[in-house]
Amino acid sequence: MMPDQLLYALEVTLNGLMAGVMYSLVALGFVLIFKASGIFNYAQGVLALFAALTLVGLQNGQIPFAHLINAALGTNLHHFGWKLPALVAIALTALVMVGLAILIEKLVLKHLVNQAPIILFMATIGLAYFLEGLGDVMWGADIKKLDVGLPQGISETVESVTDAWLGYGFFIDRLDIVATFVAILLVTALTLFSQYSKQGRALRAVADDHQAALSVGISLRFIWVLVWSIAGFVALVAGIMWGAKSGVQFSLSLIALKALPVLMLGGFTSIPGAIVGGLIIGVGEKLFEFFAGPMIGGATENWFAYVLALLFLVFRPQGLFGEKIIERV
Amino acid sequence: MKKTFTAIVAAAMTAAAPAMADLVIPNLSYRTGPFAAGGIPYADGFNDYFTLLNERDGGIGGEKVQVPECETAYNTEKGVECYEATKGNGALVYNPLSTGITYQLIPKVSADGISLYTPGYGRTSAANGKVFEWVFNYPANYWDGASVAIKHLLDLNGGSLEGKKIALLYHNSAYGKEPIRTLQELSKKHGYALTEIPVDSPGQEQKSQWLQIRRDKPDYVLFWGWGVMNQVAVQEAANIRFPMENFIGIWWSGSENDVLPAGDGANGYKSLAMHGTGMDYPVYEDLKKYVIDAGKAAGAGDQVGSVLYSRGMYAAMVIAEAARKAQELAGTSAINAAQMRDGFEALEITEERMAELGLPNFGQPFAASCEDHGGPGAALIQQWDASAKKWNLITGFIAPDDEVLTPLILEDSQAYAKEAGISERCN
Repeated sequence: MMPDQLLYALEVTLNGLMAGVMYSLVALGFVLIFKASGIFNYAQGVLALFAALTLVGLQNGQIPFAHLINAALGTNLHHFGWKLPALVAIALTALVMVGLAILIEKLVLKHLVNQAPIILFMATIGLAYFLEGLGDVMWGADIKKLDVGLPQGISETVESVTDAWLGYGFFIDRLDIVATFVAILLVTALTLFSQYSKQGRALRAVADDHQAALSVGISLRFIWVLVWSIAGFVALVAGIMWGAKSGVQFSLSLIALKALPVLMLGGFTSIPGAIVGGLIIGVGEKLFEFFAGPMIGGATENWFAYVLALLFLVFRPQGLFGEKIIERV
Repeated sequence: MKKTFTAIVAAAMTAAAPAMADLVIPNLSYRTGPFAAGGIPYADGFNDYFTLLNERDGGIGGEKVQVPECETAYNTEKGVECYEATKGNGALVYNPLSTGITYQLIPKVSADGISLYTPGYGRTSAANGKVFEWVFNYPANYWDGASVAIKHLLDLNGGSLEGKKIALLYHNSAYGKEPIRTLQELSKKHGYALTEIPVDSPGQEQKSQWLQIRRDKPDYVLFWGWGVMNQVAVQEAANIRFPMENFIGIWWSGSENDVLPAGDGANGYKSLAMHGTGMDYPVYEDLKKYVIDAGKAAGAGDQVGSVLYSRGMYAAMVIAEAARKAQELAGTSAINAAQMRDGFEALEITEERMAELGLPNFGQPFAASCEDHGGPGAALIQQWDASAKKWNLITGFIAPDDEVLTPLILEDSQAYAKEAGISERCN
């Protein structure tokens, strides 16, 4: 029989891995856009919020802009009166995210081709504020329950199995188990897409060298729409997983903060980096909180994640899986 | 062209500046950002009550009330900006709905001579009117809340908490840290073991904290959260199958918003309350007639009667009554900020008065004085019924333990007085 502290540490580690998966889901969206266009998309967190708001709105048949319409026309509209099945609502939301990607390319990115990365970064800050406001006006600022049929709460199987083996029942949230499978599926799909499809290869070509890609006839504008659509879909997945925990509300955009140390650690250009980075941050911050938290008053996770990322940066400035840039002068 | 421009500017200025005689009560609200879901119903309740007074009674004592709104997004710097931007228009009182903003505004309002009213939040020791001339926080503050929660637990345990384990899960901020000292003092008196568990803002991820609670198995968890931290904590408590009736939040963790996302899992969760909730008050007939049906509501009307809407309305009711009192004392309806302060200090809210206002038994009666800016501090306990989607009051008003609280308030306020070079008044 293992001593209690060791069992607890094991439980904390498992939960840290699961939390890490949730961070990775957010980090993935950043990586996709950065890899293909060199843009650090400040609006990634807001994309997740916007996607989740749209999903709940569509599913519950909420009329978008109802407050605005009612104020302007004196009507009292609020719902269409339907309730869509979760999968249909998710598919429709994915379409909305594609539409959004097309609009972002047409209205923002197209006009900023060949600008310095900082200009594009600033544009995404503007985009974040705009989308947050748009989401508010479209769907309202109240907290919405997200119900797409995901299981939640302690996994009793894990609890009873670990109790039988180790004499202590571990806590694992069933939502986290689902999130892990979803993340695996997502990464597999993304990898297959970028390795084996024509568009995926074009994506990688653009990521490698814009100029060379253009010279062989790859449309940069199409690639941008494509990559923002995929990032929008990843944001939708992250929005569902995080929204299931807290309800869909405007603080959802803050999950981006959890992705930053993951990106620093894993590198901005690597999908495996986002996953491994997430896992390291998740386990690292949870274990540190478990061992050192009680000694220094707790609430260590927010800052420790950055300390951990910085420690890695000392030894690998490009991040664990980032590309080493060698510039000769 | 130049003439037209001057005319437009002149017109705009007339529109923006309040008429001299209006009572100006700025609403530093937050309708955007991560805390909007709490800020919106509160701001709606606050505004709607003054709209009701304007529409039904022609204002207070014949003076219309203006409620210019300024968006803080629950951000302390923005809150201070809002204060600076609005104080010049004859502002009579501020109610920023944020403990962080309150701490920043206390020295400012004291210098500018404008009242700060922080019901149920802010700096607890401002209850000592001898030190805090311009700040009022009746009817109840955080330390009252902590004490009432412990008293409720004492009631449940036959008057003894000896050997019990109580955890405090709190927002790691000025707000969340407020009850710690009180709970520590009370633990000495009642013999329970206190564990303090902080959660960093915003609190979307609380796995570590709830794993700790699951391992430590406290008998009760007290909870000081705000924003997304509330919904996540209720969900995580349900996830680890913590008995919800042993999980008790402060009044800022006890709105419908906080429990609805967790669905059935939230059933039985308890919170403190410092006023009534729901639409069973006569005032709502007038509110519907003069404000909502007249299309003059501040929000979409979907929040009316909710916990935080009621709280905004409660704050507005107290401010309106203080203004009435100020008008009576000053012998004029066009009161200034100094006279408004006198109104706050002489304010008495009785059962009869609340009934006259269409809010019978909505809050506790209290009488302020030069020394007492904090009120009696009693609170109710409410419990969530997930199937009916409704809070039920399960106790009457429980009084706090003043024997423990009064020395703490004295100590903290006197330390502040020393630091800020304030000499005590009311002697």
